[in-house]
Formats: sequence, structure tokens, C-alpha cells
Amino acid sequence: MSVNKESFLPEPNFLTSPKGLKSWLLTLDHKRIGLMYLFAIMFFFMIGGIFAVLIRLELLQIGETIMSADTYNRMFTLHGAIMIFLFIIPAIPAAMGNIMLPIMLGAKDVAFPRLNLASWYIYIGGSLFAIYSMAHGAVDTGWTFYTPYSTSTNGAVISMTLGVFIIGFSSILTGLNFIVTIHKLRLPGMTWFKMPLFIWGLYATAIIQVLATPVLAITLILLILERTLGIGIFDPAMGGDPVLFQHFFWFYSHPAVYIMILPGMGIISEMVAVFSHKRIFGYKAIAFSSLGIAFLSFLVWGHHMFTSGQSEYAAMIFSFLTFMVGIPSGIKTFNWLATLFRGSITFEAPMLYVFAFLFLFTIGGLTGIFLGALPVDIHLHDTYFVVAHFHYVMMGGTVMAFLGGIHYWWPKIWGRMYSEAWARVAWVLIFVGFNMTFFTQFLLGTKGMPRRYFDYLPQFEGMHGFSSVGSLVLGAGFIVMAFYLIHAIFKGRLAGDNPWGALTLEWQTSSPPPPENFLKDPVFTHGPYDYDTVDVQRTV
Amino acid sequence: MSEIAATNHPTHLQHHFSEMAQQNDSAKLGMWIFLLTEILTFGGLFVAYAVYRAWNPDMFLMAHKALDVQMGALNTVVLILSSVTMALGIRAIQLDNPKQSVRFLVITIGFAVMFLVVKYFEYAHKFHVGQLPGKFYTYTGIEGTNPHIFFSIYFMMTGLHALHILIGIGLLSWVIRKTRQNIFSSQYYAPVENVGLFWHLVDMIWIFLFPLFYLIG
Repeated sequence: MSVNKESFLPEPNFLTSPKGLKSWLLTLDHKRIGLMYLFAIMFFFMIGGIFAVLIRLELLQIGETIMSADTYNRMFTLHGAIMIFLFIIPAIPAAMGNIMLPIMLGAKDVAFPRLNLASWYIYIGGSLFAIYSMAHGAVDTGWTFYTPYSTSTNGAVISMTLGVFIIGFSSILTGLNFIVTIHKLRLPGMTWFKMPLFIWGLYATAIIQVLATPVLAITLILLILERTLGIGIFDPAMGGDPVLFQHFFWFYSHPAVYIMILPGMGIISEMVAVFSHKRIFGYKAIAFSSLGIAFLSFLVWGHHMFTSGQSEYAAMIFSFLTFMVGIPSGIKTFNWLATLFRGSITFEAPMLYVFAFLFLFTIGGLTGIFLGALPVDIHLHDTYFVVAHFHYVMMGGTVMAFLGGIHYWWPKIWGRMYSEAWARVAWVLIFVGFNMTFFTQFLLGTKGMPRRYFDYLPQFEGMHGFSSVGSLVLGAGFIVMAFYLIHAIFKGRLAGDNPWGALTLEWQTSSPPPPENFLKDPVFTHGPYDYDTVDVQRTV
Repeated sequence: MSEIAATNHPTHLQHHFSEMAQQNDSAKLGMWIFLLTEILTFGGLFVAYAVYRAWNPDMFLMAHKALDVQMGALNTVVLILSSVTMALGIRAIQLDNPKQSVRFLVITIGFAVMFLVVKYFEYAHKFHVGQLPGKFYTYTGIEGTNPHIFFSIYFMMTGLHALHILIGIGLLSWVIRKTRQNIFSSQYYAPVENVGLFWHLVDMIWIFLFPLFYLIG
């Protein structure tokens, strides 16, 4: 690792010019804002992860193990709320997207740099409300804040929902900024179908962020008013309807699931072509399937409510539309597989996460089809099967893509490489630990173990214990990763401009890039995946 | 960020745009997307209105008579006139006439304040007789089940709308200040136009609120 220890990063680069804390806190550079997002997000990922391990430790054995039932309820609520609203929604767009999107378009910045900085401060402001809530009794409603429980329970529901409300605005502003940037700031010559597929993923994501998040905002305002003023809209005693809250909530929160997965799919599209050293298969199909998923995302919210008493006809239509989501998702998966076919595949760390993604997301996606089927869902609703399903999609899908993206762009962001050997160790721990933890939960769920329960029957003890041990393996993988990634920032060998031999524009500038991304205005000479016509050299 | 402007750059061109047209188009597209989020925010409340109206048609019929159609109509006229003066203000700055632009924008604010004054009298009356949202509802003169739901939705929607009027007044004041400092001209007026777009949207929402609450029975 210390071969090039004495060598220096290229100057000027966005990390060091200008210097000083103030230049960071007031920066308008999208790369710095993205990096500040990344730090904040990783902090909350760590907090949410610690809560997850504590939940699993509590479930290691029957009965009270390390915390009371009330604490346990708060713990799983905070785990969910933090992971969803503070980590996974902003993770790929606001952190990775912010850093990479303008460079990949050949632009100097996003369209509205000040708005971009404002969105970071709004995110931090919202997270302070969430932290305040945690310090003042926290929330035990589950991350879904269902009424009437959320309007009657003790605890700091208002500050938590207010925090989520505020964070929603940061998400809207990021989405708005990205749409305008993609429309107006592409490099001359880069037509829509010559954009990298990560940009298509972010574009589809941004549409959902802009259209769905305002509905969550008004829903949470109604919830807060219900709790403070008793406006009665969700209260059956006053002629209101708690199921309406569920409709409103899922009208945002189901599309939000695609806010989480679509940019991840975009990262996978980049990496699968780069490490197959081959043109991506079915470019347009992948691009349009992103938009297709974004469109369908608005029409399937009712599949969260099959047991809520909604109309049976509505349930049938929601079930049918849910199956439809499988089509664009399948198109993507098969295109990635076809890209691998006869490629000259290399197995660097980012590619390992591509394979993890393909394997885990397929399981997650297919079990989603099970849950979208009405009769099956009646049996599996609110069991560990659902928990396992969304962890396979969200963690096996989005987080694997996110980790792949981190490994893929880490040398670009910092200019230095991490240890490939340690990256493999961490990958094995994460992959094995993840499957131990969550595959077990599919089995638990089919046998009738309900989700969110503090305790369980003796026949579940073996599987719960196994799942808990798996979570420790998973946690160990993340600790290893944290060490070698941070080590790489300071001691890694220099990466050079293009360590992977990739063709997208971010690899044509220095690592780390200069403040306005390119020292010399870039020229569009080839498409993002023209590996068959362009000869490109790796710098490591 | 105008301080970064390099040589030969128009004064208001930000460093990451290559020409004014690109910057103006971006600003306008951004505003339209923002207006979309506004529509969806109100959209949630329109859905709530539709749901409760469908469930309680009789109560909505009885409760809507408690609203003062004349005051609502007056406010509708006021807001439509304010949209006219807003549009004239933008026209003036496009013709490089900042003084006239300021005059029209000040009149727009005047109409906005007038709207809020009328709204204040309406609200004050409802507070007085107890036609209030949810558990604060004490009025007894309306037949039908759960009339407080009507007023919950009424206050939510008109309240959120009034909040937007206040924000609009703030934005207009900011534009007036900048116009007085001669920041805007026929070359650079995107912020004036964007505030205008916002103002028209706020008017448009009222155009829907007025018939839904005051007129249809």
C-alpha cells in the first residue's frame, strides 16, 4: 500500500482548494456538498446499524435479553426511520449523485448550486429534530407512523415527524436540481441516449422525489395537526378515517422505495459494463425501464394495505399493477446478464457488489411478487417474510449498489486506492452475514413469526439465534470496510485518472477532480459504453 | 455568485452556465417543477376534501352555507386583479421600465394585503361563533354528522393558501427591492418572472378553493 506514499495528489483539486472549514461549510461546489452529505449519511447509517444489531441481540434468546419491550419498540422504530429517511433515500442521489452527476454530464456544477447547499442544511436541520426526538422519549410507532396509534401514544412523535417533513424538502430540492441539470447542462453532443445510465436512474428518481415527497409533507402536517389540535381527519371517533392516513402515507412511501432502488440500478448499469469491458446490452431498454418503474411506482401503493379493509376490487387492481413492476425490473436484470455474457469480466471490488446485487435483488424482487399476490399476502402480511423481502431489496439491492458505487468512485473522489484484498474480506463477511441474517427470516415468516414482536415461541429460537449471529458477521464486514476505506484516504496508493479503464466523463478528469470539474473544457467524442470502438488504458 | 463572472460575461451569468439563455431556461424550468410540488402538496388536501365530501354530502351542503359567498367572491376578484398587475409588472421590466414595474408590484402587494384583511374578517367571525376545526368546534347551528370535519378541511386549505399569500408578499418585497437597485432589466428578469409564476399559482389555487367551498352545494 505504501508504494507511492510520498507522491502527491494532482493540484488543484476540490479537496484542498480552497482550504479551511468555512470554505467547506459555505461551499457551492457540488462535489463538496455531496461529500458532506456522504459523511452525514454514513453517520446515520452507523447509528441505524447499531440499532439493528441491538434489535438482533435482543432477539438472540427468548424473553428479555438486553432491553425492555418498550425500549425494543423504540429501537425498531428508530432503526427503520433512520435507515429510510436519513440514510437510504438521500444515500445515492444526494451523496453519490451530487458528486458524480455534473461531472458525468461534463458540466461545471448542478443548475442551482445555492439550492444544493441549502438542501444539505435542510437535511441537517431535519436530522437535528430526529435526534431531539430520540433524546426525548423517541417514537414507538414503527417508521410508518400509522394513526390512530401515532396520535395517541406517548413519546416525541411530533419532533420526529417534523424532522422527516423537513428532510423531505431536502429531497425535493435535490430532485428538482437534478432534473434541471440533466435537461439544461449536458455537454454539447451528449444527447439523451448518450447519457450514462446512472444519469437515467437519477432522472427517474428525481421525478419521483419531486412528485411524491410533497404528499408525504402534507400527510405529516395533517398528522401533526391531528395530534396537536385534534382536527379529526384521521380519527374515527370524530368521523375521520385512519385508513386514509395509510393511503396518503403509502402514496409517498411506495414510490419512495423506488427513490431508493432506481439510482442503485443506475450504478449497477455503470459497473456491469465497465467490469465486463463491453458495451452495455439494451441501453434504451434499461433507460426506459427506469422511467417505466417510476411511472408504475405511483399506482401500486395499495399493496401495502391488502389487509386494511380497502375494497376488494381495488386490491385486485393493485395486485395486478404490482406484478407489472416485475416487467421493467426483469428487463433490467436480463440486460445486465446479457452484458456479462461473453464480456471479459474482471472481479474487482465494485464488480463483486454487482454480483451480490444481482443475486440478492433477484431474490428480493421475486419474493415481492409473492407478496403482491393477494392470497399469499394474507398469510404473509406483517410476518418476518416481509421483513426479509424488503431487506433483500433495500439492503441486498440498494445498499449493495451503494457499496459498489463507493468502491467504484472512491479512487475518483480521493485520488487513492483502497486495499483490494481487504475489500474482498469485507465483501465475503457482508455477503455471508447478510444471507445468514435475512434468508433465515424468510423461513421464520412462512412459519408464522410476526414482525416487530419483542418475544417469540420456543420453536423459533434456533432460527432467531442464527439470524442474530448473522447480523454480527454483517456488522464485522462493515467495520472492516470502514477501516480500509478510511485508510485509503490517507495512505492509499495513487489511483490516477482512470483506474478502471472506464469511458464515462468523470474518468477523463483528474482524481480528485479540480474545483470546476475539468481543467480543460471536455469534448464529447464517444458514448459512455463504446468499449468496442474506443481503446482505453487503465492508470493502475 | 455574480462576483465570479469572468471577462466578457454578462453581469448576472453564473459561472457554470455558458450563456444567459441557458441560465434563464434553467431558472424557469426549476420554477415550474417547484410549482408541481406545490400542486401535489395541495393535492393531498384536495383528495381529503373529495373523500369527506363523498362520504358526507349532506353535511357539506349544510356546512358550506356558513361561509360568506360575498366575501369569497370579493377575494376572488381581488386575486384576479393582483394577477393582472403582476403580469403588467413583468411586462414593464421586460420593456426596461423599472419604475413602472415597481409601481405594479406594489399594487400587487396591496391586493394581497386586501385579500388577507378580508380573510381575517372571515376567520374572526368563525372563531367568534365556534365554527372551528376538529375538537374546537362548538357551533350548534349546522345539521348533519361531524360538521367539524368540513371546517378542519376548510381551515387547512385556506390556511395553507393564506400562508402562500404571505410568502408571496415576502417574495414580491424582495423583487421590489432588487428592482429599485436596478438589478433587473430586459436582459435579466428571470427572478421577477419566477415570482410571477408563483403568484399566479397561488391565485389559481384560490380559483379552485372558492367554488369548492363557497359555491357548490
